Amino acid sequence: MLRVQDLKTHLFLKRGVLKAVDGVSFELAAGKTLGLIGESGSGKTMTGLSLLGLPPKPAGRIVGGTVSLDGRELIGLDEKTLADEVRGRQIAMISQDPMTSLNPVFTVGAQVAAPIRAHGLGGDSRRDAAHLAVEELQHVRVPAARQRARDYPHQFSGGMRQRVVAAMAIACRPRLLIADEPTSALDVTIQVQLMDLIERIQAETDAGLLFITHDLGIAARVCHRIAVMYAGRIVEAATAEQLYAEPRHPYTQGLLASVPRLGRRDKRLISIPGNPPDPLALPSGCAFHPRCPHATERCRVEAPPTVMAGDDQVACWLHA
Amino acid sequence: MRAYFVKRVLQGVVAIVGALLIVFVAQRLSGDPVALMLPMDAGEAEFAAMREALGLDKPLPAQFGIFMVNAVQGDFGDSYQWQAPAMTLLLERLPATLELALAGLVFALLLAVPLGVVSSVHRGGLVDRAAKVFAMLGQAVPGFWIGLLLILFVAVELQWLPAFGRGGLSNLVLPAIALGWYPVAAMTRTLRSSMLDILDSDYVRMERAIGLPERWIVWRYALRNAMVPLVTMIGVYFANMLGGAFVIEVVFAWPGIGRAVVDAVFARDFPVVQAGVVLAALVFVAVNLIVDLSYGLIDPRIRHAKA
Repeated sequence: MLRVQDLKTHLFLKRGVLKAVDGVSFELAAGKTLGLIGESGSGKTMTGLSLLGLPPKPAGRIVGGTVSLDGRELIGLDEKTLADEVRGRQIAMISQDPMTSLNPVFTVGAQVAAPIRAHGLGGDSRRDAAHLAVEELQHVRVPAARQRARDYPHQFSGGMRQRVVAAMAIACRPRLLIADEPTSALDVTIQVQLMDLIERIQAETDAGLLFITHDLGIAARVCHRIAVMYAGRIVEAATAEQLYAEPRHPYTQGLLASVPRLGRRDKRLISIPGNPPDPLALPSGCAFHPRCPHATERCRVEAPPTVMAGDDQVACWLHA
Repeated sequence: MRAYFVKRVLQGVVAIVGALLIVFVAQRLSGDPVALMLPMDAGEAEFAAMREALGLDKPLPAQFGIFMVNAVQGDFGDSYQWQAPAMTLLLERLPATLELALAGLVFALLLAVPLGVVSSVHRGGLVDRAAKVFAMLGQAVPGFWIGLLLILFVAVELQWLPAFGRGGLSNLVLPAIALGWYPVAAMTRTLRSSMLDILDSDYVRMERAIGLPERWIVWRYALRNAMVPLVTMIGVYFANMLGGAFVIEVVFAWPGIGRAVVDAVFARDFPVVQAGVVLAALVFVAVNLIVDLSYGLIDPRIRHAKA
């Protein structure tokens, strides 16, 4: 359904070019979940935004690659086509922070109705769209949805706001749902509820889910496949079972060695020595080599190719 | 919201009492009114009689009490020039000043809102840079000079619009432009910067991610959020226009309050000046109250806040 090949999104900053996404490739089938895992700054959010054609303005630009959804090439479409036919309609995003993702001066009902009206799915009248919006709020299990549709975001709790954000995202039944750390701002108990909800929605609509997170515990629970990102590249991708049982890339091994228990939300990875690289001055060769226990002279000089092992991929000289 | 409103009303009352106190003290400091009112050759007995008639022989606190009781009823005495109640004279002219200030405000907003929004959307673009220059000119050039230029070119040379006086819409255009020009600059910049913040916010990113048309995002969803700081400015500038329109009123021979007060100052017509000061204070308080209420209309968080 979704095929991303060699996607490159660079940020053209005053201090230099930041290769936020630097040759990312993956596939995702309908009804399946792909986890995109990595530290902050590894390019996972930028990958999600690039699929929507929304790299941050004015510095960000998609400089290469292809993204095809149900056979349609998305890279190179003009703004209007993207807004009318792709965003919200075919691909939608559930963003990180429910506290800031809703417009504070419009009712929740109006905000859920907005994509329905924008994409012409609400019939002719504003009332029909409002009615559908209430149904969507019921769909994401907002209690007393009919009354609550008239309330404003500040009258909702964090978990309820995230449900509203989810309702906005799924209102037009997109084929691909991108969830960007949808739970990291929530309490653990609410996290579990929300993940159940997202999985249920996915099952009902048969959408593909791209699940962006740094939380290996949640990823293990919901993802069929997992892709690990480091410094703008996918260093390893495999089925969840394979990845957790037999991680191939030293970075993945490090991540799993420092694995947080479910509910622990440390952002810092303790057992990998060193710090994430300066994205404007990436190390030569393999970007991970200064932190890698297996680094050789070759890793310092030459970037490893991505090697396929069945359906899995890994980019490391140990496996080349 | 109700408690908040009551608090603001009480603050307004304090401000008006303060204005009254200043008016009262200024009046006592400005010399002996009896000397002005009586002929040069009046004797000591006539002075005493006049003081008693005016209540000026009473102690100051008592005088202030009388003054306050009268002031609350809108009685600031009769105009020396026109032999009519001072406040009545001014209230008759209030509609003309309101009309001019409202027209000036509408002109300012008609320019500032589109300019501010377009400047923020096309940051660094042609409109943004042109608006910057245009706005700077507006703030650097005094309103009366713009008024004179407008009279010279639009009224005298081109004869498109009348040069002075109050009447139909055509009389209103030139003074409204002269009055409204100044705040355009500040309003445009304020709106531009709050729009830039909001266009960069998470919820605008979300609105883009679900494919809302950019037109809706900018002019509806973002603009309403960006209006809050602009409304504050509207309040300040509108009150200034009401109280400070006298220069424009003089230039365009506009029969408003400002001009009446200026005339009264030259004629040493004290009751009218006092009534003018108090009326200006009242208008300021009223406008600020309206501004406070309109925050609640724009932003539900303020509406629902517990004061």
